[in-house]
Amino acid sequence: MKVTLKVWRQKSASDKGKIETYKLDNVEDHMSFLEMMDILNEQLILEGQIPVAFDHDCREGICGMCSMHINGEPHGPDRGVTTCQLHMRMFNDGDTIYIEPFRAKGFPVIKDLVVDRSAFDRIQHAGGFISVPTSGNTQDANATPIPKPDADKAFDAAACIGCGACVASCKNASAMLFVSAKVSQFSLLPQGKVEAKRRVLNMVEQMDKEGFGNCSNTGSCEVECPKGISLENIARMNREYLKASVSSSE
Amino acid sequence: MSKSGLLKSSIARKVAMALSAFFLMFFLLQHLTINMTSVFSAGVFNDLSHFMGTNFVVQYLLQPVLIVGVVFHFVMGFVLELKNYKSRDVRYVKYKGGASATWMSRNMILSGLVILAFMGLHFYDFWFPELKIKFIEGDWTGALTEGGEPIRYFDHLTDKFMQPVRVGIYCVSFVFLSLHLLHGFNSAFQSVGANNKYTKALQKFGVAYAILVPLGFIFIALFHHFNH
Repeated sequence: MKVTLKVWRQKSASDKGKIETYKLDNVEDHMSFLEMMDILNEQLILEGQIPVAFDHDCREGICGMCSMHINGEPHGPDRGVTTCQLHMRMFNDGDTIYIEPFRAKGFPVIKDLVVDRSAFDRIQHAGGFISVPTSGNTQDANATPIPKPDADKAFDAAACIGCGACVASCKNASAMLFVSAKVSQFSLLPQGKVEAKRRVLNMVEQMDKEGFGNCSNTGSCEVECPKGISLENIARMNREYLKASVSSSE
Repeated sequence: MSKSGLLKSSIARKVAMALSAFFLMFFLLQHLTINMTSVFSAGVFNDLSHFMGTNFVVQYLLQPVLIVGVVFHFVMGFVLELKNYKSRDVRYVKYKGGASATWMSRNMILSGLVILAFMGLHFYDFWFPELKIKFIEGDWTGALTEGGEPIRYFDHLTDKFMQPVRVGIYCVSFVFLSLHLLHGFNSAFQSVGANNKYTKALQKFGVAYAILVPLGFIFIALFHHFNH
């Protein structure tokens, strides 16, 4: 199949950037989107041009590195997949495909389609962990009984790979789905309840500092999330935050 | 508590928006209930309107709270919209918002602006004349003639709905109110953390509320237009 690519090219963080048009004639419909990008880059190298910089790592939907905004949607038109799991069969011969970086004040562009998502790391550092003794007397996690529904919900929340599609799709560039997944996965479990108050307050404070927008419950994050993280997590985080704000400190 | 403080964080702002929305949605229901009596009985409508317009608690306690609620909801709405706009400093060349979110949820500021403009007309029609009669002219009787029964409210209402253009504006505004509520009702519950086994039922109730309440107001406007 033949496709026309409209790709965002930006030399550096300080460069203004613009859309460049490329044509590919030898695209197979069973290629993954990233394989198609590899073909584009091979073509650019052969033509003596600078290849397009884009994030990728595992190429099996686990690492959350690929971060392209394809034809107006993060990770493209398919549902429940990352860009590396997106196949060219989702497009038609002769299509024009817009490829842009995730856009948010909290995700500044580094080069071309690569954005700096270290804001998510800083939010995690602010409280997305549990403190456990690791001096040799660590209790086996299985020794703590956990109701099955709670374990399931915590596991569902923990499926978040931190790709940032929630931010990219949200009209407000809000990071609430990501933060709420990280808050939920710990707050649902007994091991995480000890630091629950401090965790939610600190993570929300860091999220606000990073410049992400306010959630207005459009639900686009849930639809575009490759891991199907539920809006229920945002409601849980709101409850946790309100409880933590009005109760005494730990 | 962390330095972010309850009143400064993004979650606190959305909860505050939700609380003011709950208050306004309750007020809408009360407003509709009283207005609906005008369809069945001019006397009951006049009596209720006179009570609401002259009762000390309603006038000096509930009305200021309502004004604060309305102003807060609009001001906070604009503040949030501006902040949210700034949170994406470079816009997408191609953005398919409709693929993952409803038009209503993405255009609350637009439907809100239409409602705000409508409220200007509504105040011009009903509230400002009331303030003039009561606080400038000092007439708290609600009567058309000296010593008469409180009857001017129904006449005032039907008089305004004589003009087709005004009725048209009212109807269109209520359609936008419906669009605003179709997202706003359930969004408010989500903001205060209410997402549980009752959410599906609540969503259905929210859709019914968002359609029936504005429809009720449209019915009242059309009823008086075609019957007086």
